[in-house]
Amino acid sequence: MAPFAGFDMPISYPLGSVEEHLVTRRSVGLFDIDHMGQVEVTGPGADAWVSSLVSARILDMKDGDARYSLLLNDRGTVIDDLFIYRLPGAWWIVVNASNRLEDLAWMRAHAPASADVRIVDLSAETYMIAVQGPRAIELLDLLSDRKISDFPRFTSGKATIMGVPCLVGRTGYTGEDGVELFFPAESAEALWTGLIAEGAKHDIETQAIGLAARDSLRFEAGMPLHGHELSQDISPLESGFKWACDMEKDFIGKAAIEKLAAEGVSRKLVGLAVTGGVPREGFEVQDASGRKVGMVVAGMFCPTAKVFAANAFVEPGVGKIGTALAVAIRGKPAPATVVKRPLYIPAYRR
Amino acid sequence: MSSIDKNARYRSSHEWARKDGARIVAGISDHAQDALGDIVFIELPAVGKTLKQGEAFGVVESVKAASDVYMPMSGKILSVNGTLTGDPALVNKEPYTGGWLIAFEPTNPAEWDGLLTPVAYEAEAGKE
Repeated sequence: MAPFAGFDMPISYPLGSVEEHLVTRRSVGLFDIDHMGQVEVTGPGADAWVSSLVSARILDMKDGDARYSLLLNDRGTVIDDLFIYRLPGAWWIVVNASNRLEDLAWMRAHAPASADVRIVDLSAETYMIAVQGPRAIELLDLLSDRKISDFPRFTSGKATIMGVPCLVGRTGYTGEDGVELFFPAESAEALWTGLIAEGAKHDIETQAIGLAARDSLRFEAGMPLHGHELSQDISPLESGFKWACDMEKDFIGKAAIEKLAAEGVSRKLVGLAVTGGVPREGFEVQDASGRKVGMVVAGMFCPTAKVFAANAFVEPGVGKIGTALAVAIRGKPAPATVVKRPLYIPAYRR
Repeated sequence: MSSIDKNARYRSSHEWARKDGARIVAGISDHAQDALGDIVFIELPAVGKTLKQGEAFGVVESVKAASDVYMPMSGKILSVNGTLTGDPALVNKEPYTGGWLIAFEPTNPAEWDGLLTPVAYEAEAGKE
C-alpha cells in the first residue's frame, strides 16, 4: 500500500502489476479510483465561465459528451488535466486527487462575484470505479438496465448497474475500451465485489488493478500523468498537448501559449526505448558525446510493448524519431532510441 | 507468509547463500522478492570478478524500484544465472531454485558461520 493524496492505495494486488496490466489488455481490469475528485459547476453563467477557465473547446459539446482539457495558469503551464462532462444543466469536472484543492482554490478565485456560477465539490460523496478492457462493455451490458454498448466513445449517460444508479462515461485511462462509473460512495463495496463475482460467473476474467499497472497502462497508451508529462513547470506546447487548446476562443493561459508558440519551445516530450536497465524519473538523457540533452519524467517496463521505455523532455534538436541517445542509469549510459509515441495505440483510435 | 529455504543461510539485507559442494550459490529471499514486487530487470557481475562480503554484486529492478544485492560472503564469481536475462520474473516465482543469481568460490569460508540461520532470518524479516 502507498499513501496517495490522503488515500491508502495498493501499488499492486496479489496478482502482481505485470499480470494486472496484461489482464486489462486481454479481458477486464477494475480500478478503484475514488481518489479522483469531482466538481460540479452550474448556474446561468456556467457555460461562458467554464469555457474561459479551461483550454479545450467545450461550447460545442452536447449533453452527455465527455472531453479532455487542461486547466492552465496565466503562465500557460498546467495546474491540472481534466475530464469534462456536459450533463443536462451542469458541467461535471473530474480532477486529479493531488490537485483537487488547488483546482478548487483556482476556480473559486476566478469565479464571477455574482451568483451566476455555482461550484460544488462532490468528491467525498461520489465514488469512482473504472472498468477497462476489451471485454468490459460485454460484462457491463449483462449487468446494466441499459446497453452500455450503445454509448459512443467519449459520451456518458445514466444507467443502473447491479441496482446502483451510476453516471457512466465511456472513457478511461488505459488505452482500452471501457467505462468510468460515478455513483454514491455507500454502494462502492457492493459494486466492486459484485463486478468481480459477475465476471467470474460469466467467465469474463475480471481482476482488481493497482497503481503500478494503472501507470504502465496509461504510459503505453501515451496518456499523460500530471506531475510527470504535465505540470506547472511544463507548457502544453512542450508535451504535445496543443490539440487540447482551442486557440479560437479566450481562456486563461492562452496569451502565454501564443507567446511561446511564436518564440519556439526549448524542449519537447519524446518517447525513448532503452536497453540495459529501467529508465526512471529524474535520470539524465545524454547525446552520443555524453552531453546532457534532457531528463526522464517517467519510465518503466512496458508489459505489452515488452520494452523498457521512458518519456523524457529533450532539446528539440535531438527529438527526431530514430535519434540515438542514452539514459544514465546508475551513472552508466544505457543506449536509448527516440521512438514514436504512443507505444500502444488506444482502442478509440483503432 | 513468505517461504524460507531451511538449507540456506541469510543476510539481513535479504540475500540467501547455500553450499553446493565447494561453491556457494546465492540469491534473494522470498520475503525480498515479495517486497520488491514484479522483477523486470537484473544486472549481474562478470564471471571471474572478486568481491568482498557486503559488497554490491548486482542490481535487481522491480516495477517499483532498483535494489542493490550484496555478497553474502567474500568470493570469486564462478557463474551467473543467464536465464534471468530473458525471464527476470523467475526470481519472483522460484527465489531459491530457478531464480538463483550467482555462484561463487568463497575466499573466506569462515564467513558462513556469521550468516543468519533460517530461524534467525525469519525472525528478522518478520519484524519489517
